[in-house]
Amino acid sequence: MRQLPALGPNRPLKLPKIVEETLPNGLTVMAIRRPAVPLVEVRLRLPFARAHLARTAVLTQTMLSGADGLTGVEIAAELQKVGGGLNSGADPDRLLLSGNSLTAGLERLLEIMSSVLTGASYPSGEVATERGRLADRIRVALSQPSHLAREALLKRIYGRHPYAVQTPTPEQVVSVTPGALRKLHAERIHPAGAILVIVGDVTPNKAIAAAERALSAWTGDGKDVELPAVPELEPGPLTLVDRPDAVQSSLRVALPAVPRTHPDHAPLQLANLIFGGYFSSRWVENIREDKGYTYGPHSLIEHAVAGSSLTVAAEVATEVTGPALLETMYELGRLASLPPREDELEQARQYALGTLQLGMSTQAGLAGLAVTYAGFGLRLDYLADHAGRLAKVSVDEVGAAAARYLAPARAVSLVLGDAERIEPSLSALTPVTRAGSEVV
Amino acid sequence: MSVRSSAIRIPATKYPVERLTLPNGLRVVLAPDRSAPVVGVAVVYDVGIRSEPEGRTGFAHLFEHLMFQGSENLEKLAHFRYVQGSGGTFNGSTHLDYTDYFETLPSNALERALFLEADRMRGPRLTSENLRNQVDVVKEEIRVNVLNRPYGGFPWLKLPPVMFDTFPNAHDGYGSFTDLESATVEDAAEFFQRYYAAGNAVLSVSGDFDVAEATRLVEEHFGDVPARKAPTRPDFDEPDLAEERRHSYTDRLAPLPAVAAAWRVPDPIDDLAGYLPYVVLAEVLTDGDASRLVERMVLRDRSVTSVGGYLGFMGEPFAVRDPTALLLQAHLPPGGDVGKVLDTIDEECQRIATDGLAPGELARTQARMATHLLRDVDAVLGRCLQMAVLEQQRGAPELINELPRLIAEVTEEQILAAAAALTAQRRASVEVIPGGGNK
Repeated sequence: MRQLPALGPNRPLKLPKIVEETLPNGLTVMAIRRPAVPLVEVRLRLPFARAHLARTAVLTQTMLSGADGLTGVEIAAELQKVGGGLNSGADPDRLLLSGNSLTAGLERLLEIMSSVLTGASYPSGEVATERGRLADRIRVALSQPSHLAREALLKRIYGRHPYAVQTPTPEQVVSVTPGALRKLHAERIHPAGAILVIVGDVTPNKAIAAAERALSAWTGDGKDVELPAVPELEPGPLTLVDRPDAVQSSLRVALPAVPRTHPDHAPLQLANLIFGGYFSSRWVENIREDKGYTYGPHSLIEHAVAGSSLTVAAEVATEVTGPALLETMYELGRLASLPPREDELEQARQYALGTLQLGMSTQAGLAGLAVTYAGFGLRLDYLADHAGRLAKVSVDEVGAAAARYLAPARAVSLVLGDAERIEPSLSALTPVTRAGSEVV
Repeated sequence: MSVRSSAIRIPATKYPVERLTLPNGLRVVLAPDRSAPVVGVAVVYDVGIRSEPEGRTGFAHLFEHLMFQGSENLEKLAHFRYVQGSGGTFNGSTHLDYTDYFETLPSNALERALFLEADRMRGPRLTSENLRNQVDVVKEEIRVNVLNRPYGGFPWLKLPPVMFDTFPNAHDGYGSFTDLESATVEDAAEFFQRYYAAGNAVLSVSGDFDVAEATRLVEEHFGDVPARKAPTRPDFDEPDLAEERRHSYTDRLAPLPAVAAAWRVPDPIDDLAGYLPYVVLAEVLTDGDASRLVERMVLRDRSVTSVGGYLGFMGEPFAVRDPTALLLQAHLPPGGDVGKVLDTIDEECQRIATDGLAPGELARTQARMATHLLRDVDAVLGRCLQMAVLEQQRGAPELINELPRLIAEVTEEQILAAAAALTAQRRASVEVIPGGGNK
């Protein structure tokens, strides 16, 4: 037998230098230099909680459709000239304008962003085109099992909270008017509370100066909008959503989770990894590598401003839907009842620490991390603290976190699939209710 | 805000590249870059979907799965556990002309990754239990990506059989369930023996390491992998289409119509200069709101809701061999007319061929392409994989530093000639007829 080589000494987590400044208009600018390739990445985050769902969706598709005397096509061409591109997207917490360009194009990229922020015109022809396109994309999404399962799960776990519905209907989208978009823009697109991150082949001071030149004319203020905390999960019968003739079932289990700043976060992150959060986990080794029920099962902690959640997801063959649920509950229950082995914890810990390094190794990765953490009031130095906490978590702490958060008794389960074929085997394991008829 | 005219200078990267060949025939590419404490390790074998035997559709991909099921010194599951337990991530993927296996890790795990790759290059553990298990996993993969979703396999599995006549180019690379289920351990052993030879592989290492030290580690771990020669790669060429081919099929889950069209292009390897104009043309036609087809069809006519263009059925312009194609694909609004969409594409290509490009149109497209290329190589794994394939197919990993400049040197005259070649007579297309409501 050949011996597996030992690992070299662990490299300490090295955080890049970040320069941060708040401009007089209230915009916070953060800049990080990573000169590896001659590009810059920009991310602008605007708080967007409680904004009208359909209008926000159309706004993200039409912000770049005309501004300051330029048409949408001219904006696109001007961006291309500096190797640039911009796009915008939204979730229930924020609107994010993301872009990149060749390094020499940074000033121009920021100027165009400024024009859009201060002068987006939402021309009626373009708005009509884009809302039609968006409605069609939503129609396509509604034929995708992963989307349907997510929609049903959000509704089940969030009830009346704004997170419960995150995709508008095609009908809602096509009725959005240019006037409504201009109004939403005026109300919500302002620099106070906004965060701009610039990462790339440029010194932080130069990047911040460029941002100040381009964006100081962007002014205005609006009200702060906060969301209520998400409701506690309410366990109940498994929700069955019918999708006749489906050749696979979409299995989802929601579990409670805590924010990044909670003392249980590090042990829960490790408990989730050991359960199903990476390939070398108990659940993946069981239902994929041993039983062949599924291809890409995953278990993920997601953080939103109003609360965190843990979602277990697998697409499994219709004929093994019941057995797959059984193994899932077994692995959750096993970890919630018995602490993991030391070697399982060490393996998960190394993975958690190593992937922190990988995530920070590109311009786009750094930009994404910086803007995401900033959205939760955190800075990248959080990662060093978090790495320190991960390094210290014990087997007992993981066991305690699993007992608290991964217990099957706290789970909300949902399956989307061919109800006629899968209901009998699911009913053998747990009470089942058809979607739409839950008593919650 | 006003428009500006001067063209931006296209920058380049200067990643150093060291090449060596071990006595057993293994080619090695080392590209140090100490900007982040991470390394990428990739082994690329010169075998892909086009090389699988008749009656064994999907075998190259199934075999890729088997390469993760244990090897000489490693039990099943050990590979995954050692990579992830070192803080790394892994995967593999099967392409038309190659199959890759790769890890991204903190740089203190470099030697471990080399050990793991060398071990399976010596030989995977092929057992019937693992084979049956992975056939089940692959069937679920096909259900997720093709059978249980709208537009599954469109167009990468649906267009080749329209455009090509021979089995290697035309068949379904994911494979039929019948073929997958009839695969045997003997098939796998033979496939390994023939194609997974040291002489048929490239090892690529990128990132945070010292070249002398990495060279020593590579020699230590791969030096005693038995020498086996690369098999002769068959010529997969087929004649260009002499007349238009159109096909359609009903997708029971798709709510809206879609169409994809393809035209043969020059050999990407032997005629890079003739090929590059098509790579640029695809972007002139479809990159962003200021591109020809988006402006015309999405924004003006509203005849499509999206249109995209790219080279190669798997969208990798610099990781595919001849024969390959330029593809355009579009999604249509409810009741959209695919015939009209194809006519408009013809009209726009002819308009470029006859009237030429607008001032600045080519330069801005080239600048944006440079950004895309540079962005891909910032990630250590992107760099590592691309260099591996450039070495394997061209013996030129350093091309990674030159592509933005080569793209920028494509002339308007070349774009016009490429556009003129996209005629209806040379086109193969496939239409998706929506068979689904919102179910």
